[in-house]
Amino acid sequence: MCLAVPVRVTEILPDGMARAELDGVSMTIGVMMIENIAVGDYVIQHVGYAIARLDPEEARRTLDLIRSASTQNDGTTT
Amino acid sequence: MKHVDDYRDGDLARSLARRIAATVLPGRSYAFMEFCGGHTHAISRYGVEDLLPASIRLIHGPGCPVCVLPVGRLAAAIDLARTQPVTLCVYGDLMRVPTARGQSLLTAKADGADVRMVYSPLDAARVAEQNPARETVFFAIGFETTAPATAQTILYAERMGLDNFSVICNHVLTPPAIDAIMATPNDDGPPRLDGFVGPAHVATVTGITPFESVAARHSKPVVIAGFEPLDVLQAILMLTQQINDGRAVVENQYRRAVTARGNLLAQEATAKVFALRERFDWRGLGVVANGALRLNENYDRFDAEKRFSLSTPTMPDNPACACADILRGASKPAECRLFGTVCTPETPIGSCMVSSEGACAAHWTYGRFRDTADRPRLEPARAV
Amino acid sequence: MIAFDRKLDVARGRIDLSHGAGGRATTRLTHDIFYPAFANDLLAASNDQAVFASPGARLAMSTDSYVVSPLFFPGGDIGALAVNGTINDLAMGGARPLYLSASFIIEEGFPFADLRLIAESMGAAARAAGVMIVTGDTKVVERGKADGVFITTTGVGAVAADVDLSGERARPGDCVILSGGLGEHGVAVMIARQNLGLGAEIASDCAALHELAASMIAVAGPSIRLMRDPTRGGLAATLNEIAQQSQVGFSLSESEIPVKPGVAAVCELLGLDPLNVANEGKLVAIVDPVAAPSLIEAMRAHPLGRDAAAIGTVIEDRHRYVQMETKFGGRRIVDWLSGEQLPRIC
Repeated sequence: MCLAVPVRVTEILPDGMARAELDGVSMTIGVMMIENIAVGDYVIQHVGYAIARLDPEEARRTLDLIRSASTQNDGTTT
Repeated sequence: MKHVDDYRDGDLARSLARRIAATVLPGRSYAFMEFCGGHTHAISRYGVEDLLPASIRLIHGPGCPVCVLPVGRLAAAIDLARTQPVTLCVYGDLMRVPTARGQSLLTAKADGADVRMVYSPLDAARVAEQNPARETVFFAIGFETTAPATAQTILYAERMGLDNFSVICNHVLTPPAIDAIMATPNDDGPPRLDGFVGPAHVATVTGITPFESVAARHSKPVVIAGFEPLDVLQAILMLTQQINDGRAVVENQYRRAVTARGNLLAQEATAKVFALRERFDWRGLGVVANGALRLNENYDRFDAEKRFSLSTPTMPDNPACACADILRGASKPAECRLFGTVCTPETPIGSCMVSSEGACAAHWTYGRFRDTADRPRLEPARAV
Repeated sequence: MIAFDRKLDVARGRIDLSHGAGGRATTRLTHDIFYPAFANDLLAASNDQAVFASPGARLAMSTDSYVVSPLFFPGGDIGALAVNGTINDLAMGGARPLYLSASFIIEEGFPFADLRLIAESMGAAARAAGVMIVTGDTKVVERGKADGVFITTTGVGAVAADVDLSGERARPGDCVILSGGLGEHGVAVMIARQNLGLGAEIASDCAALHELAASMIAVAGPSIRLMRDPTRGGLAATLNEIAQQSQVGFSLSESEIPVKPGVAAVCELLGLDPLNVANEGKLVAIVDPVAAPSLIEAMRAHPLGRDAAAIGTVIEDRHRYVQMETKFGGRRIVDWLSGEQLPRIC
């Protein structure tokens, strides 16, 4: 369910809209449900609307956690 | 793709899989339901099950809005498009879903009905704007994730004074569906589920709070997890650890996008436009109380069901279909006698075969080789 | 004769029903648009058929109809597609393409200017490939009964005596080689339709593959079991067809399959699988594994094979499954679809 993809906001447009891109693919999305949206923000885009802001710091922590969980058993990451 | 590819790393997957294998207790088995079709899709598409120890079983839940959509509601929309001068806008997911006598939106379109695929509800509103003399009806589906987008579009239509735009609302809600699964016993007692991989994008909107009461009500751990395969593996590890520790709480693996309270602006939009539906007949699950949304009275004029006095016939599934058991983990897709014989993605009989995210369709499309006893022993494909 | 002598107003004029009626208007159209664009003596002879010497004992023949919306898209148009597509069908049989026919079904009201662009594109593609469009036909249908223009091309090519490529020749142990990135044509056309609201610099891979195929045959001739161009239905459909024909299975390695970032991004956004998306300038070859390294090297030396890669092997499997080891380390089936892949939201 709910195909949603993180995209980067590249330009704020009037009326709660914004331009966003993913690897060179650009689109116009509704960002009226994201507070204080700014260029450079990563948001989760679903059916043409941003439904959440992606927190890069938390993303880094999650990846660190996955890496450390991976190394706990045998001390290596393959 | 930033914030995507990182979570598809094969090397990390293998070591995380070893960690999971080291965490499962000998002699204990684990049955986890991933509620969401998005998880089912990721699990099937990336072959996540091949990385799990045999003692962990994944049960594919009903979290696919196409699968659980009552056929009668789709049939009513098709009938509307065939008999009234309306433009019916739908998501591509629905185009091939068959109703009675093999009819679908695709066949209705072939017969001349004005059916258009859209990628966003806003596209449907634009169709209405561009064709002011014609009625445009948007067939809305989706969980809590998608409802705010529909709500925003209705609010847009209100602002723009679009009086030729209306919506058939089929939005459904996650926690009541989980309750329904847990409430329905199988032939041999309540479903044996040890925990839930909780919905990623639903939770971006709702926050994790609604799932805390789910975990408490059923004394089962819930780990809200992202839709990438490493997210799923990490969630499985977290669930396994909770089971081993005897805990049953909500944990948030998808912290990069999910907060405790969720997206308040999205919740506000949903609350402004919609109201709870007391009864909604989920395909495969049956009637779920307060498990769906309708437009509230303030937005009557955008409610296509009222505008066109739509009646939705009840269309029961084939009694031989095992979807109800499959959704509760009591049966596996291959155990259904319709699976792969009369019921395939081209000719789906039950809800689990309807969309690629359904348990049966995912198993058929991506995993059915696992059922073959003489499964060929495979050497990894080598680059030259 | 006045009507005949007046040239078409290509800049402003449009097709009407008279252009398909076989009279002067039809002749005017062929003389003003098709003859100059295709420019060869066999066509200019204006006979009901083209007569040419048979270049060898074995001929290959193939036909295909082309419908695409929009007619013009980044990287190509329906004309280039119609020429290159049929050339490729010939080339996959190891044939050197020689002659094409071109048959047009045109919708009333279609601008001459667009028709000329399409014809010129066909002429350019044919000249680039060293083939001649030697005969053709034009019909006009009423407005609303076609989508602009439909083109059918039929091609004839010569096959050398020692070349034997065929769909039933794949054997367990054979190597699967793909000439380059997947999905560029399908994605470019989807974006060009503009109803998805996506913008991207992705061009169709539309190209004639016969030179690449010839260079492959020159290097590894007898070791090549078969070649196919994975068009509609993508690589998934092509490999499933071969699995049925040869009664084998496949084991692919996802990490070896090239997909450009932009194509991957569009697929991600629309919920599509690049393995199911159409290509118009890629080929897949099933070859003896011993010959594979030198063959890939030869392919990479050709501009259309720069990203060539070994993506898997043929395996024994009575179920004829195309299986793939995912980048993530699991396995899955690569199934073919019942119809066109549609964008999804869930």
